Amino acid sequence: MLKRPYYIVLILVVLLTMILLSLPGQTVVRVKLAIGSLFLPLFGLANSSHQLAEKAGEAVVPRSELLKVNQALRRDNQQLRLREMHAAAIQRENDRLRQLFGWQQKAPWKPKLANVVLRDPANWWRTIQIDLGSRDGARVNLPVMTTEGLVGRISEVSLTSSRVVLVGDRNCKVSAMVEDGTRDTGVLETAGPFDSSLLTLSYLPMDANLKPGQNVVTSGLGGVFPQGIAIGKIVDTRQVEFGLYTEARVRLAVNLSALEEVWVLLP
Amino acid sequence: MTALSSILILVATFLAVFWEAAFSGFRHLLGAQVDVLPALMVYAGLRTSLATMTMVAALGGLLFDTLSANPLGITVIPLFLLGFMLYRQRELVLRDQVFAQFIIGLAASAGVPLFTVLLLLTSRHAALLGWGSLWQWIVMTLGGGVATPMVFLVFDSVDRALNYRRATETSFRPDREIRRGRN
Repeated sequence: MLKRPYYIVLILVVLLTMILLSLPGQTVVRVKLAIGSLFLPLFGLANSSHQLAEKAGEAVVPRSELLKVNQALRRDNQQLRLREMHAAAIQRENDRLRQLFGWQQKAPWKPKLANVVLRDPANWWRTIQIDLGSRDGARVNLPVMTTEGLVGRISEVSLTSSRVVLVGDRNCKVSAMVEDGTRDTGVLETAGPFDSSLLTLSYLPMDANLKPGQNVVTSGLGGVFPQGIAIGKIVDTRQVEFGLYTEARVRLAVNLSALEEVWVLLP
Repeated sequence: MTALSSILILVATFLAVFWEAAFSGFRHLLGAQVDVLPALMVYAGLRTSLATMTMVAALGGLLFDTLSANPLGITVIPLFLLGFMLYRQRELVLRDQVFAQFIIGLAASAGVPLFTVLLLLTSRHAALLGWGSLWQWIVMTLGGGVATPMVFLVFDSVDRALNYRRATETSFRPDREIRRGRN
């Protein structure tokens, strides 16, 4: 038989949980923001210790090594400038042709850099937190990527930070297209909780001509992710549902477990 | 258990949640993050008062859900039920034995994530589950089991350092003294 204080505590905890679980979505985000602000001093501490460690690491790099890296970066910079000039010329040509045919102009990407500050402590979600909030222009459903490829989309936004749900989480399905060949489209889904670098591209046509090594990019369908963001490469394929459609395993271009900085594509 | 000890365990809960979210060493190495909260709840359930145990469950659960994509408050119930069960049975548990602490830590670290996932699925949240989850569950269970005796070791040492030691009672009673010789 339970004693009276036990009853009181039990009722209080159950009541608190019920109230919290029944709060509307926007209020939950606000409450999470308020509680999350308790961690701000620790973020600062972790950041400064990280910077201190980086500075200490930089101090011990020999000068000759730095000069070599500097030279390589200069070379890369010149190559990239040339490519940018070429890309700009192609862009102008593309714009002219679009105007000629009366097609709608494509909005250019406006990327903004953000630091990854936290990872989801629960093993059954694949999310990260970044230090870009609504005051910086972040909004729900904005695409997040690195220079290697797609990372995910923003799922929650507070004033100073946002939660990004990564590709491979059940709440981030992406319409993807096989770039080379027939441009077949499918839906990119999780392949399981263990290996975050492998995903499944489902609902491809049963006669899809797919080969390992083919590039997979976003198709632009669905309206969340713009067309052409690199996702990864096909590893292998198989027929599923008695040959009704084809499924391909895709190795992601981005290493999701080593993310430090990401780009958010602002509208 | 003094107020200072209660504050210390609450601070430890806060730091544990931050550590789980900020440092991914175990995730890179083993493919799963170790959860220290069940180990802290075992300590709170076996050593602290009902109020402190409840506060650890509520604070730990809320902080964990804040940094995670969990619905806010869903982790509070499994943590509280674990602490509550241990609190009620604490006199029957060999809580000073390291092996008992390890076994209870194992059971707690296995039960809390299972119950949380069950609650998530019941409330129709699409958690990422599959055969790989079995490995993650084993890592969490073993990690929590190993962490529990360490939590006891640390907090018992802190408790001994901060509190007065209880005076030991001797078995000597003056009225039972055998008097020798003649008086």
